[in-house]
Amino acid sequence: MIKRSISLLVVLGFVLIFWKMLTNWLPMTDLHGVAKEYVSREPDELGAVNVVTAIVVTYRGLDTLGEVSVLFLAATGVALLLRRRGKKIGAGKRKRPSSEFLQTGTALLTPFIIMFGVYIFINGHLSAGGGFQGGAVVASAMLFLLLTFPGYKFKHTVLNWIESISGASYVIVGILGILLAGGFLDNRILPLGEYGKILSAGAIPVIYIFIGLKVGTELAGILENLKHEH
Amino acid sequence: MTALVILLGSGMIVAAFAAIYLKNLIAAVVAAGIVSLFASVVYLILAAPDVAMTEAAIGAGLSTAIFIYAIKHTREEEVEND
Amino acid sequence: MTIVLGIGFILMLIGFWGLLTRRNMIKMVLSIAIAETGLQLIIIAIGFIKGRTAPILNSDVLKLEGVLKVVDPVPQALVLTAIVIGVAVNALMLTFIIRLYQQKKSLDISDYRAMKW
Repeated sequence: MIKRSISLLVVLGFVLIFWKMLTNWLPMTDLHGVAKEYVSREPDELGAVNVVTAIVVTYRGLDTLGEVSVLFLAATGVALLLRRRGKKIGAGKRKRPSSEFLQTGTALLTPFIIMFGVYIFINGHLSAGGGFQGGAVVASAMLFLLLTFPGYKFKHTVLNWIESISGASYVIVGILGILLAGGFLDNRILPLGEYGKILSAGAIPVIYIFIGLKVGTELAGILENLKHEH
Repeated sequence: MTALVILLGSGMIVAAFAAIYLKNLIAAVVAAGIVSLFASVVYLILAAPDVAMTEAAIGAGLSTAIFIYAIKHTREEEVEND
Repeated sequence: MTIVLGIGFILMLIGFWGLLTRRNMIKMVLSIAIAETGLQLIIIAIGFIKGRTAPILNSDVLKLEGVLKVVDPVPQALVLTAIVIGVAVNALMLTFIIRLYQQKKSLDISDYRAMKW
């Protein structure tokens, strides 16, 4: 009981803080400072239609590299903690196969879902979406496969190679930015092209494709490790 | 728009309480997925389509699957025949 | 959008309450996920400006006068990556829970007294 009342006190303290913040808050009416600079200079400077993409990939590119590293470390941690200690998986129990409808539907839909994910991250600089969203959609297609076929296992060498190559290429493109353009992860190592076309905005689509592949394979790896754990 | 936000917000608060107080863990995880799904609609209303896509794909989809796999592995009968 | 700010604060409070009172470790991770969603709603609501559109400059008017027509893109960029990191960290926490469960066959946090100092 005393534990519960302490919890209640803590939460009431937060209520007090949040209430102060809520009543003193003034809604924004105009863009200020760095946001104003980003929105006004971005079309001529970087040539990406989607300002959020330009910020994630170029202006705050180093942050994104850090975020991808955190994701990589978390995926590695999951794999390390759940590694099988010389035991064969699924021993002793037979899994019931899925119904015919589910299997046919999955086989039919999975390529299209993966294609949609790739579409999202290739068009990241033109419309809403990008590497993180597209990667998540690709991982959802993998989840679909895992749910339908109980014994399904990905080809680990392929997944690992895709992940490593895209991660390394991301850093290499960043270093090329130092050598050929203004700084680390500068997108102007490739010509900016015509505003609003698919081949525009310099290296932004290239970087977002690498991010998409990396995020997709990492999330798929986390899902598979959690599924087959024993 | 305001009415829709209030409706979604009350739905989210109810679903969050359900996620915390439901005895059945699978039902609680699905309730948390509903919180994420409604949040993605609110992001769309707040003119943030990028965030809405991420939340719908990851928060409502993958995160729910990860929780359900974890629940599957922490049940008695799963581990006894290990 | 003050309403969304309020909803975000309430979700965070529900998450903290669940984290402090629940004994089941999976429920604690769920509470953290709910508090996370609330925080992300707050950050997006702070960047919102009434009557403006998304920061995608896909027309000439938006390209020239974007500063007067779009919402703040910086909070959106922050939340975008935070969601992805959030799910990875949740997966790591659940992995620890699975390993702990295999040691003691219990999900109750108060059974793990050996880790108390």
